[in-house]
Amino acid sequence: MEKIYVDHAATSPMHPEVIKVMTDLMPKFYGNPSSIHHFGREARHIVDQARTTAAKSIHADFTEIIFTSGGTEADNLALIGTATANENRGKHIITTQIEHHAVLNTCKFLEKNGFEIEYLPVDQYGIVRMEDLKKALRDDTILVSVMFANNEVGSIQPIAEIGQLLKNHPAYFHTDAVQAYGVIPINVQEMGIDMLSVSAHKLNGPKGIGFLYVKNGTKMTPHLYGGEQERKRRAGTENVPAIAGFAKAISESLRTQTEKINRYKQFKARFIEILTEEAIDFRVHGLAEHTLPHVVNISFTGINVEQMLVNLDLEGIAASSGSACTAGSLEPSHVLRAMFGSDSSELYNSIRFSFGFGNSLEQIETVARKTAKIVKRLTNN
Amino acid sequence: MIYFDNSATTKPKKEVVDTFTKVATEYYGNPSSIHSIGLQAEKLLMQSRKQIATLLGVKDHEIIFTSGGTEGNNMVLKGVASQFQGRGKHIITSAIEHPSVSNACEQLKRDGFEITYLPVDKNGRIHVEDVKKAIRPDTILVSVMHINNEVGTIQPIEEIGKLLANYPRILFHVDHVQGAGKIPLAFHDIPIDFATLSSHKFHGLKGTGAIYIRDGVKLDPLLAGGNQERNIRSGTENVAGIVAMAKALRISMEKLDEKVANMQKIIAYLRNELALIDDVEIHTPIEYTAPHILNFSVLGYKAEVLVHAIANHEVYVSTTSACSSKRNEPCKTLLAMGVDEEHASSSIRISLSFDNTMQEAKEAVEAIKTSIEKLKLAMRR
Repeated sequence: MEKIYVDHAATSPMHPEVIKVMTDLMPKFYGNPSSIHHFGREARHIVDQARTTAAKSIHADFTEIIFTSGGTEADNLALIGTATANENRGKHIITTQIEHHAVLNTCKFLEKNGFEIEYLPVDQYGIVRMEDLKKALRDDTILVSVMFANNEVGSIQPIAEIGQLLKNHPAYFHTDAVQAYGVIPINVQEMGIDMLSVSAHKLNGPKGIGFLYVKNGTKMTPHLYGGEQERKRRAGTENVPAIAGFAKAISESLRTQTEKINRYKQFKARFIEILTEEAIDFRVHGLAEHTLPHVVNISFTGINVEQMLVNLDLEGIAASSGSACTAGSLEPSHVLRAMFGSDSSELYNSIRFSFGFGNSLEQIETVARKTAKIVKRLTNN
Repeated sequence: MIYFDNSATTKPKKEVVDTFTKVATEYYGNPSSIHSIGLQAEKLLMQSRKQIATLLGVKDHEIIFTSGGTEGNNMVLKGVASQFQGRGKHIITSAIEHPSVSNACEQLKRDGFEITYLPVDKNGRIHVEDVKKAIRPDTILVSVMHINNEVGTIQPIEEIGKLLANYPRILFHVDHVQGAGKIPLAFHDIPIDFATLSSHKFHGLKGTGAIYIRDGVKLDPLLAGGNQERNIRSGTENVAGIVAMAKALRISMEKLDEKVANMQKIIAYLRNELALIDDVEIHTPIEYTAPHILNFSVLGYKAEVLVHAIANHEVYVSTTSACSSKRNEPCKTLLAMGVDEEHASSSIRISLSFDNTMQEAKEAVEAIKTSIEKLKLAMRR
């Protein structure tokens, strides 16, 4: 049976070209970029080139990119780093109820350390309301962290509007763009973003690498101390092959961006079309025009999410209930709870399908048909 | 081409690169996902953890994967400080630690901790009596590196462990980055509470490392998020890098005695030959020394100039540690050993891997001799 992977928001297969870049480089350019000899300089050059690629992809400057071990570290560095460096100005931070746990749990850590965190609610489509943000902003607000697009339901947040609003406020603006980067064009200057987190393995790059964009002039303490790598903002020998692979993934992702967006939109439309044809009872979460093209989160009336996922898996389909990081836990999704309330059935009957590299329209049709078949079977007894 | 800078970083083994390629290509799932593709990735992760634990003689769950040595050291120091600050705020370490330990300590100092930096003798070794004298009722942690990265001195880890066994409230951390895969430590028997490993120092890949945390010992996490790695280290696991690390460690530890004996022969040859050169002074002690590191000064020559001159013969050595080699500072360990600043500023480090040969050592000696003679002429002119 053909396995169909529609869980690209959890992690994505590496692009063969990315693997090639990395494995070609490993035996040849293995120097430590901090070494002053030839091997070191070669490695340094590779890291510099990749940094340029990463910077250009979001219209940032070369000096504004810090490579990290991934999205989690980038989020931790952004939040703890700016909170610690700016606590003399205030201890109030605003975020949302639907952030990834890398942000939410870091906020909890900051709360324990005396910071006050305001978690903004979202509407039924999973989007933050500007009025709520305006109301929450205070003179002592030092940081606003709102994800670019949600990882579980795909809802795109009003990032440019928030950036615009904060132009007249000293608070820094951080956005976790782990899910959005690659499928949505991002311009940090136009959008007024001070910090932005990205993870390579969500865009067919390797696991264990990511970057944090930090606008020049942003006051921030490091999270890892040691050598003077990354302009003293992130110690640790640079992961050269992964950084090079990441750059390749970025280039590939940008080169195919428009095509990808169109293809995923087509996938999504066809998916919903088939479910409609099959006449099962379902509801798509979010607003189409404000949802990531590759993510569709659907609640199926009368099913239980775990039973559904097991059945999908038996049919060779890898989908998810939401975030992979919490997939193992029995806690219902905090995102769906924020959207629908604690008592809603959506908490227990929603499935996330996320498309990506390697998926064909035919596969998506198969997934839709099999999903409908399972839903019918599970609800007909 | 002769690469004698293996303490900075090593060339990944072909088998390691092949393992990475295979896992990256075939097992791309997120280990936290509950579908079969995720479960396969999780299984690989478990197997790697088991393999590494077995090689290190510890239990599976005592191994936590990190992004490398710097993260490992930061995690232990800051995690212990945060977890046990109620018990006391005093930490003992040495004057010759890697910057990822000493700079993390400096950060803790700014947060109100007191740090005692133990001196070393002329051989670069700390004395266990000094540890004993430094212990106070509020001491929570002793952090001492196993093998010094700049000079190669082996620290009295067993003795310190034995001493600290009398102080159950003081935890013991060992930066094992230079020792792992070469000089094994019996973590349980000594006993040690934490040890840091970095994969790229034993022919694994950059961006992967591990810490050993003794059963039952707690520490606050450094990265908050999806609660991977038993809630101790959040972030999607770098599965391919981790499996490659298990492979690298296994290969490194095969026929270890034989390989170490051979390495000792090569280092002894280098020591004897270099000592014969005028103006050369060997700093690495004869006793209590790692088999792979030799540090020496050529009086009257700036280390950096000499490193470049030697590199013209395609022999790659380094000044001090790669992490601080850019700053052109005198070698910190040598200064702590009481070596004068002139010698410390002209020190060169040779660091071998098990793959280096006697023939390479012979060629390197010739290259070093020729480089010194050339420079001598140039200076006279």
